[in-house]
Amino acid sequence: MEPEQSFYDYLKNISETQSPIDFVLIYDNLDRFVDGALVTLQLTFLALLVGGIIAVPLAIARAYRKPFLSPAIRVYTYVFCGTPLLVQVYLFYFGLGQFTAVQESFLWDPILSSPWWCVMIAFTLNTAAYTTEFLRGAIETTPHGEVEAAKACGMSPYARMRLVVLPSAFRRALPAYSNEVIFTLHGSVIASTVTLQDLLGVGRWLNGRYYLAYEGFLTAMVFYMAIVFMITFAFRLAEKRFLGHLRPRETPQPGAARVAA
Amino acid sequence: MTLKNKLLASTVGAIALMAGMATAEPLRIGVEGAYPPFSQKEADGSLSGFDIDIALALCAELERECELVEQEWDGMIPALIANKYDAIVASMSITEDRLRLVDFSEKYYQTPSRFVAAEGATFELTPEGTAGLKIGVLRGTTLQCHVEKAFPDADLRLYNTQEDVFADLVAGRLDMQLNNTLQAIDGFLNTPQGEGFAFLGDNVDDPECLGEGTGIAVRKGDELAAELSTAIAAIRADGTYAAINDAYFDVDIYGE
Repeated sequence: MEPEQSFYDYLKNISETQSPIDFVLIYDNLDRFVDGALVTLQLTFLALLVGGIIAVPLAIARAYRKPFLSPAIRVYTYVFCGTPLLVQVYLFYFGLGQFTAVQESFLWDPILSSPWWCVMIAFTLNTAAYTTEFLRGAIETTPHGEVEAAKACGMSPYARMRLVVLPSAFRRALPAYSNEVIFTLHGSVIASTVTLQDLLGVGRWLNGRYYLAYEGFLTAMVFYMAIVFMITFAFRLAEKRFLGHLRPRETPQPGAARVAA
Repeated sequence: MTLKNKLLASTVGAIALMAGMATAEPLRIGVEGAYPPFSQKEADGSLSGFDIDIALALCAELERECELVEQEWDGMIPALIANKYDAIVASMSITEDRLRLVDFSEKYYQTPSRFVAAEGATFELTPEGTAGLKIGVLRGTTLQCHVEKAFPDADLRLYNTQEDVFADLVAGRLDMQLNNTLQAIDGFLNTPQGEGFAFLGDNVDDPECLGEGTGIAVRKGDELAAELSTAIAAIRADGTYAAINDAYFDVDIYGE
């Protein structure tokens, strides 16, 4: 392991002589940061997955203005989009935990007593609320011609929804959804306030353990940036694939070339 | 549960002391405010407690004007180094780890730490006995150091404030918690919230992590440390310390 040894010495040398930041400490605790990143990714993407699945029927009910259902869903999305995520997590974690009735109910163990579940429930409901609203917008803006064409082909309402309206709405919602994914990732730092060791939690642990101000937060920041970079990249690929028909053409049209010649 | 700003140290208010004040810049003192009876917030937002009274008494002794600056615990030392205040009077133990970053005055009190669990709990305080047990401590304390070292297999949960630790102990999310005995008695066990809970095991014996007494932290090389040590000796001698001590505790908490 000769090269690694020398890299370590290099870090040690820099940390001791030139840098105000202790790179050795960060290097020694990298495995903790990786574990923290896994917790962050797990929370973010599980919440997005479950929240996304919940959002689809809610968005359909909203878009088609189902009586009773639509106003009720509107109240839910208004509450969850209109209040800070931190407050929602505190309500589930500290708020519910104060009631003896909740502590004695079947939900306490293993669900509401665990910080992981409290955070998961709050994140899922939060992202489901946001996703419902912009998916509703995307469904409402389905071009009327597409629906008419589907009807003319004799598709049932269910087939129209499954084969025409939803695929088209998902495509239109894609750019907005990339923001939602990144916001959910950013919001996941709230997990560290209720004792979960996510990325920020590990950063705070490092700072707290060694009484530092920068090392833990800077390392967490680099990890978050790397994750955001990968998310952005994945969405760019997805947009290329699914929204390709909306991009300006890259090659000149054959006709245009002939005119130039 | 406290909903307060995380890293922003908020200036609480300048407190003028005595007539004929020295003209020097006010001495800024970092305090915590969520650790009764050492440091707590009253309903009107003012700070009170043993640490606060000691800080004010020391200011009077030094004939300096003082300003109390509130700071959440895990940012206490970084904020001192970043010059947000000049000294920390917040029940901070003098430990090797901290001495690498800051200087301390002589101790102003010394009390042991001990676990608190539900009455009748029979956890064995050994690495095997605590494996998987949920232990709560305040983040960035000597107690975090002790639990990580002595009980590596325990499920250690780190909190922003001691009040949150007690809240989760009561809610049943923690099997036990560890902190200063006096704080546990007055801040929890003697309150309605602490009913059904009791100390578990003996006082923790770990000078390497827990240090030797509680001192006032200042930036490295600041001669304030020596001035504060002299002032502590002075308020010990003239009875001011005893008066403050007796207002909060039945025993003299200065220690040996």
